[in-house]
Amino acid sequence: MATATQPTLDTSFIVGEREFQSRLMVGTGKYPSNAVMVQAIEASGAEVVTVAVRRVDLDRTKDAGVLHHLDPARYFLLANTAGCYSADDAVRYARLARAAGFNEWVKLEVIGDQESLLPDTAGLLDATRVLAADGFKVMAYTNDDLITALRLEDAGAVAVMPLASPIGSGLGLLNPFAIRTIKHRLSVPVIVDAGVGTASDACITMEQGVDGILMNTGIAAAGDPVRMAVAMRLAVEAGRLAHLAGRMPRREIAVPSSPIAGMLG
Amino acid sequence: MAHLGVRSDAVAITVNGDSRDIPAGSTITSLLTSLELDPRLVVVERNREILRDRDSYGHIELTGGDTIEIVHFVGGG
Repeated sequence: MATATQPTLDTSFIVGEREFQSRLMVGTGKYPSNAVMVQAIEASGAEVVTVAVRRVDLDRTKDAGVLHHLDPARYFLLANTAGCYSADDAVRYARLARAAGFNEWVKLEVIGDQESLLPDTAGLLDATRVLAADGFKVMAYTNDDLITALRLEDAGAVAVMPLASPIGSGLGLLNPFAIRTIKHRLSVPVIVDAGVGTASDACITMEQGVDGILMNTGIAAAGDPVRMAVAMRLAVEAGRLAHLAGRMPRREIAVPSSPIAGMLG
Repeated sequence: MAHLGVRSDAVAITVNGDSRDIPAGSTITSLLTSLELDPRLVVVERNREILRDRDSYGHIELTGGDTIEIVHFVGGG
């Protein structure tokens, strides 16, 4: 089913001087199985897939690493610093990820609170400065605060990734106004990360004019992750095209679509 | 006590948080081999220094008290 958007209908999607075809980026966590993960990621059409850095469990089976299942030649691996609660930890994880030898990109997370998983924006700014100076392409996961987003851009982030709602919550886009404001004010791409729960959330998020969406749980925790991956792909494309097309004005009164003249006497 | 002779040829290091005895003269490569890990799929940090050059693994000899972290990519969002 070749429903992919015709390239001419969309504008190019460039992050950190690299052009991507898909505006949907996906995570690799929490799938019911590796086989389902592989199928869902393929179905999503995503090029960018996120991975986490963790200790090798020396007592467990040796195929725990995600690279046993995903071909790094086919996907653009975007390592995250999930689980890091300080700038120093995040920098250490980012450097470990870079040493894996795939690229110098990082989805930077500095988490400030275990319960909400909301970002520690001060730590995030510090880590962004350090990593950008060290040659990293930093995509910074942040909240939907404009000022933090502006400072992340100033600090050298190649993309700013405000949340739709908290990580893993599936609550959808809670503050469209804040996301639009960030998009209007930033020059670097704005990629909404976290909180998208279903296809309509993805579509509404893209309709705000953002450059892309990164999601994980919305697909991985769906009843049928492969079907949801297709739905998300279509929703991201639909929302993007609707944004580019420009919606009709809202009116608080009905306006007939058919001519008033020419009715029978 | 019966293994004293063997132990004198061993050094204690810490790998991913656990203490481990390895033969004296072990390198990063021999450690990874003994753990059945593919060097291309892991990243090794020794005493907080990332060993970025995999070609060097065979020349880096481990010494007693070394703290080694071996990480890889796992599923995440």
